[in-house]
Amino acid sequence: MAAPTIATAPAGRRVNRRRMRWLVHVGLILACLLVTGPILFTLVKATQTTVQVMSPSVIPGAELWHNIKGAWAGSDFGIYTRNSLIIALAVTFGKTLFSLMAGMALVYFRIPFKPIVFGFILLTLMMPTQVLIVGLFDLVSKHPPPTWAALFSWIGHPLAPTPYGFNWSDSYWAIIVPFLASATGVFLFHQHFMSIPLSLADAAKIDGAGPVRFLMSILVPMSTNTIGALAVIQFVYVWNQYLWPLVIIRRVNRQVVQVGLNTLIGTGVQDIQWGVVMAGAILALIPPLIVFMLLQEQFMRGFALSAEK
Amino acid sequence: MREGTPVFKSRTTAWLLLLPTLVILLIFLYYPAIQSFVLSLYRSNLILGTRRYIGLGNFRLLFTGLLAPMYRQVVVQSLVFSAAVVFFGIAISLAFSMLANQKVTGSRVYRLLLIWPFAMSPAIAGTIFSFLFNPEAGEINHVLSNVFGIAPRWLDNPILAFGLVVCAAIWKELGYNIVFYLAALQNIPGELTEAAAIDGANAWQRFRSITLPLLSPITFFLVFTNLAYAFFEVFGLIDILTKGGPVGPAALHLDNAGLTTTMIYRLYEDGFGGAGNLGFAGAQGVILLFIVGVITLLQFRYGNRNVHYGGG
Repeated sequence: MAAPTIATAPAGRRVNRRRMRWLVHVGLILACLLVTGPILFTLVKATQTTVQVMSPSVIPGAELWHNIKGAWAGSDFGIYTRNSLIIALAVTFGKTLFSLMAGMALVYFRIPFKPIVFGFILLTLMMPTQVLIVGLFDLVSKHPPPTWAALFSWIGHPLAPTPYGFNWSDSYWAIIVPFLASATGVFLFHQHFMSIPLSLADAAKIDGAGPVRFLMSILVPMSTNTIGALAVIQFVYVWNQYLWPLVIIRRVNRQVVQVGLNTLIGTGVQDIQWGVVMAGAILALIPPLIVFMLLQEQFMRGFALSAEK
Repeated sequence: MREGTPVFKSRTTAWLLLLPTLVILLIFLYYPAIQSFVLSLYRSNLILGTRRYIGLGNFRLLFTGLLAPMYRQVVVQSLVFSAAVVFFGIAISLAFSMLANQKVTGSRVYRLLLIWPFAMSPAIAGTIFSFLFNPEAGEINHVLSNVFGIAPRWLDNPILAFGLVVCAAIWKELGYNIVFYLAALQNIPGELTEAAAIDGANAWQRFRSITLPLLSPITFFLVFTNLAYAFFEVFGLIDILTKGGPVGPAALHLDNAGLTTTMIYRLYEDGFGGAGNLGFAGAQGVILLFIVGVITLLQFRYGNRNVHYGGG
C-alpha cells in the first residue's frame, strides 16, 4: 500500500505545494485588505476635497495638508496632540521607573511579608480604572482639606464618602498621577530579574556597587527588552485612553486626542467635515504607531513571548 | 519567590524603592475601589454634590425595581457582545496568524500589515467605522446602492448597529491578537509538524492535534485580555459610533435600553451623563468589580499565573 504513494509523491507534492503557496498568498492578501483596507481608505479620504469626500471616489486628492490644518488649528487638534504627548510620555517614563524600582526591591532586598506586598500589588490587576471612575472622580475633583485637622479626620474615616480630594480636574495631574503605578510592570520586571543569575548581583556587590549603581549599570542594561516592551504597552495604553479623560477633563486646552476625535465629528448641528475627521484619525494614530514600530522587536522578545510561558 | 539570602540588606532602601508604587496603588486604586462600594450605598448627585444614605436602595433599583428590566437587558447585551467579540476575534486572528506564519515571499510585509492595528485606539476604530457606514456619505452604502440598490440605515437599525459595533470591535483587536499568535507560532519547533506530515497527517490534523494544543496557553491569555477589552476598552468605540443606541426591537422585549449599551456604557451614562447619579453608577461599578473578580479567579484557577491585562 505504501510503495506506490512514495513513488508518486515527489512530482505530485511539488505541484500541490505550488498551488498551496498561491492559496496562501491569496489568503494573506485578503487578510491584509481586511485589516489595513479601512485605514488606507481613511488615508485617501483625508486627501480629498469636501465634495470628493462625500462621493464614492477613492482616488487620492491634493487636500491632505488643508485637511490636516483644518483639524490641527481649526479644531484644536494641535492642543489635544500636545496634551496626549505630555501625558503619554510622563506616564510611560514614570510607570517604567517605578515598576523597575519595585521589581528590584522585591527580588534583591529582604522585605518583611514579601508575599503580602507582592499580593497587594498584583491584586490591583482586578481593578480596571474604568470601573473605578466613580470613586476616582470624587477623589480627584473635590477640593483639598482646608486644615490639617480636616485631613486627619478624612484619613480616619476611609469608609465615609470622600469629603475632600486633590482638585485636579482640568489638569494634567488628573490623567498622569493615578497611572504611575502598574501591577503589570512590577510583575514583568519581577519575572525578568528572577531569570538573571543571582551571582551577578553578588559580584557587583563585592565590587562595591550600591543598589543605585547596581540598578543603573547592571539591571537597566540587562532589561532593555522588558523596558521596551513595557514602554510600548504603556504608551499605547495611555495614548488610547478615552473614558477617564472624558469624565475628568472639561476644558479644551487640557483634553486628549482620543476625546478630541469626538469633538471633531461634532454635535451633528453642522455638516460633518469628513475629510478633516479622517485627517484627525490619521494624526491620532501616528504617534503610537511610531512607538510600536520602533520597539516592536523588544516588545516581541520582552512581552509577547513571556506571556505564553 | 526565589529563596536564599537577598543581595542588599538595607530595609530603608527597599521600602523607598517600593514606596511610589505602593502609595499610588493605595490612593488611586484601592481607595477608589472602596469608595465605589461606599457610594453604592448612597444617593449621590454629581452636580449638586448631595449625598444621602439609602442602604441597598441602588442595588434594589437595579435588580428588582423599575430599572431592573433595563439593567437585565444591558447585562445580557454585554455578555452576548463580549462573547461574540472574544470568540470571532480570536478565531479570525488565529486563522490570519496561521497564514502569516507560512514561509512565502513577502511574509515580513504581510505580517507588518496585519499587526499595525495594535497601536490603534477604539475611538479611532469608531471614527473610521462611523464614516465607512454613514448611510449617506459612507463608502459601504455607495457600493451597496450601486450594486444592489440598497442603502441600509446602519446606525438606526438596532440589529445592524449591534452587528456593526461587534465588527468594529473585532477589527480593532485583530492586530493585538495576531502579534501574540505570531510570536507563539514562531516558538513552535518546525520538526514537530514536519514529523507529523511524514507520518501522513494532513494539514487540518496537524493543526488540530499539534499546533492548536501548543497554542492553548496564548489562547487562554488572549481570551482574558479580550474579555477585559470587550467589557471596558470598547467604551470609546461605542461612544463615538452609536452612543449606546438605538433602542432594541419591542417584539424581542429588547426595548428597555439601547441595544449597543454595554454595562460600562450604562455606568457612564448614569453617573456622568445628564442625571449625574453617582451612587447608582457606583452600584454598577460594584457589580462590574464582582464580575472582574470572578473572571480573574477563574483565570488563576484554570490557567497559569502569567496572565495580565494590558495596561493596568
